[in-house]
Order: sequence, then structure tokens, then C-alpha cells
Amino acid sequence: MRSDTVLWIAQRASAAVLALCVTVHLLTIVYAVRGGLTAAEIFARTRGNAGWLAFYTVFVIAVAVHAPIGLRPVLTEWLGWRGRTREWFVAAFAVALLWMGMRAVLVVCR
Amino acid sequence: MSGTLRVSVWRGAVAGHLQSYEVPRHPSQTVLDVVTHIQRKIDPTLAYRYACRVGMCGSCAMTVNGVPRWTCRTHVDKVAAAGRLELRPLRNLPIVRDLVTDMRTFFDKWERAQGHFEGAATKTDDFARVAPDSPARQAADAGIECIGCGVCYAACDVVSWNPDYLGPAALNRAWTLVSDVRDTNSVERLRAIAGDAGCHACHTHMSCTERCPKHLSPTASIAGLKRAVAKAALQGKL
Repeated sequence: MRSDTVLWIAQRASAAVLALCVTVHLLTIVYAVRGGLTAAEIFARTRGNAGWLAFYTVFVIAVAVHAPIGLRPVLTEWLGWRGRTREWFVAAFAVALLWMGMRAVLVVCR
Repeated sequence: MSGTLRVSVWRGAVAGHLQSYEVPRHPSQTVLDVVTHIQRKIDPTLAYRYACRVGMCGSCAMTVNGVPRWTCRTHVDKVAAAGRLELRPLRNLPIVRDLVTDMRTFFDKWERAQGHFEGAATKTDDFARVAPDSPARQAADAGIECIGCGVCYAACDVVSWNPDYLGPAALNRAWTLVSDVRDTNSVERLRAIAGDAGCHACHTHMSCTERCPKHLSPTASIAGLKRAVAKAALQGKL
């Protein structure tokens, strides 16, 4: 089935992006918490910074692609849920991840 | 080797029970020997299936102490801890009676996976020459010795969660054909094995590879199919 193959490729590609993003994210955390962590310090680094905005936008998109595709077989194998309602649920989950993620990114980086 | 083996055997169909038997132990005794002893000496109503007794036909697979195995090549010494055996029919297949499963879904899935060769050559053509060391030939060789015993299918958790899933044996068969340079049906076959019920459903648990009595790796074959399907999709062939 062509659509399943496209989803598989999308999940593999987003996994590759996530591997890089998670690494950068974790290194940033380790760097940022040296000597304590304050909201002001975080905002000073991220606000108005187009680089962080671009990075976390890519990160959120990769998550919104990757996680819902992985959720599909879990819903089928654990709950026996298949067919069109499953696809709508998964699509809604993708939109929710994208919305929540981008909301946070825009607050922190804009 | 002497003494007695305590054997619990599944009797009945889906509704059934374990029945206990005592079987004398012998040197080099196989699990199939044990089942045959029960049927010939103790209880002739016991149903089980075998043919060749030498690991070629793939008909005698059962669940032995919780693990799917070919019973004709499984020595009692290796599996009967504390002199006990528990024998059940293979998992993931309908039970006909006792130790006999209905293998139809298993082999129907080989057909669904287009597990048959289609070539373009006729009887007037010369033999195809395929270099033994070519990558495609080696990929086909790695999976070609499957005897269709169903052990991998019974070992696979994805089959138990998703009954439509083609399973390791059918996909392994498809991979040997996709790797066969003489075959002319590759694109159709890749269409048949892609998707939620095909190669993309595999979680790479590797239970099939762990349990295959022929030491094949259906997991590697399925990974090959995922690559082949992705390549065909990116080239716009699917």
C-alpha cells in the first residue's frame, strides 16, 4: 500500500531529524543549567533569536510527524482500532502536537 | 539414560485441557519420539502431525515448554528441565485437535505475499546464469532454505496482535523472490507486501530469527523488503 510506505518513509526521515534535534536539545539543557536556571536567563537566550526559533520549529514538526505514525500500530495492536476513525484520531493527535509545540516555541523564541 | 518423563499434552481444540502421561526416557530421544510413544503405546486417540522425521518437511512443529520448535530435531535432553515436558499446538493458528493446527491461514498468506516465482524465460531459453557471489543471489540464498514449519509464525507477537499480518515466513519467501533476478513480478509483489499487514508491521522483535530451526533470519528479509519498498516508492513504481 502506497500510503503506508509514504508514512514509513516519513517516520524514518523524521527519526533521523529527531536524533539530531534531541542531541542538540540535551546538550543545550546540560549547558544551560550550569549555575542554576532562571526564566530570565532562558528568555535572554531565546527571545528574538531566529536560530532557536528555526531549530525548535523543525523539532516540533518532526515530533508531530513521527509520534502519530508510531501511534497507529499501537492503537491497532493494543485496542484493535483500525479504519478511518483511527486515521482521523491520529491526524488530530498530530495537529494537537503541532499546535501545542508551536505555541510553546512562539512564546519562548519570539 | 533411563527413568521416566512426565509429559503434559494439550487435548481438545480451543476448549481443552492438559493431560498427563508418563513416558520412558531413552538416549537421543526426540520430542517427536515422545509424542509417537504416547500415541502408539498409551492413547491412540492423540492427534499430531509429522512426515519426514529428519527436519525436511516442516510438519511436526509444536509448542514445547512454551517455545515453538520442530519436534523431530529437538532432543528431550535439551528441553526437558527436571524431566518434564509440556506440549501444546503452535500459537497463532486455529487448533484442529490436540497438537494439530490448521495451517491454511499460514499458507494463504504466502499466496497473499505473492510467494510464487514468475519468470519470462521459456523452455527453449538457455539456463539463467546468476553469479553465486552476486549480492542479489546471496540475499536469496540466505532465506531460501525455509521448510514452512510455521515456528516463526507462532513465535511472532505481531501476528498475535494483528491477525492480518502476513508474518515472517511469507515475507521471507517474498524477499527471496524479490532478490531473484529472474523473477518478473517484483513490483506487484512489493505492492502486496507493503503496508500495515505487511513488512511495515514488523517491530524487529526478532523472535522469528531466534526460533527458526533452519537458522534463517526473516527479520533481515523483512528489513530488505522495507528498503526495497521504500526504493520503489521513491522511484514512483508502487
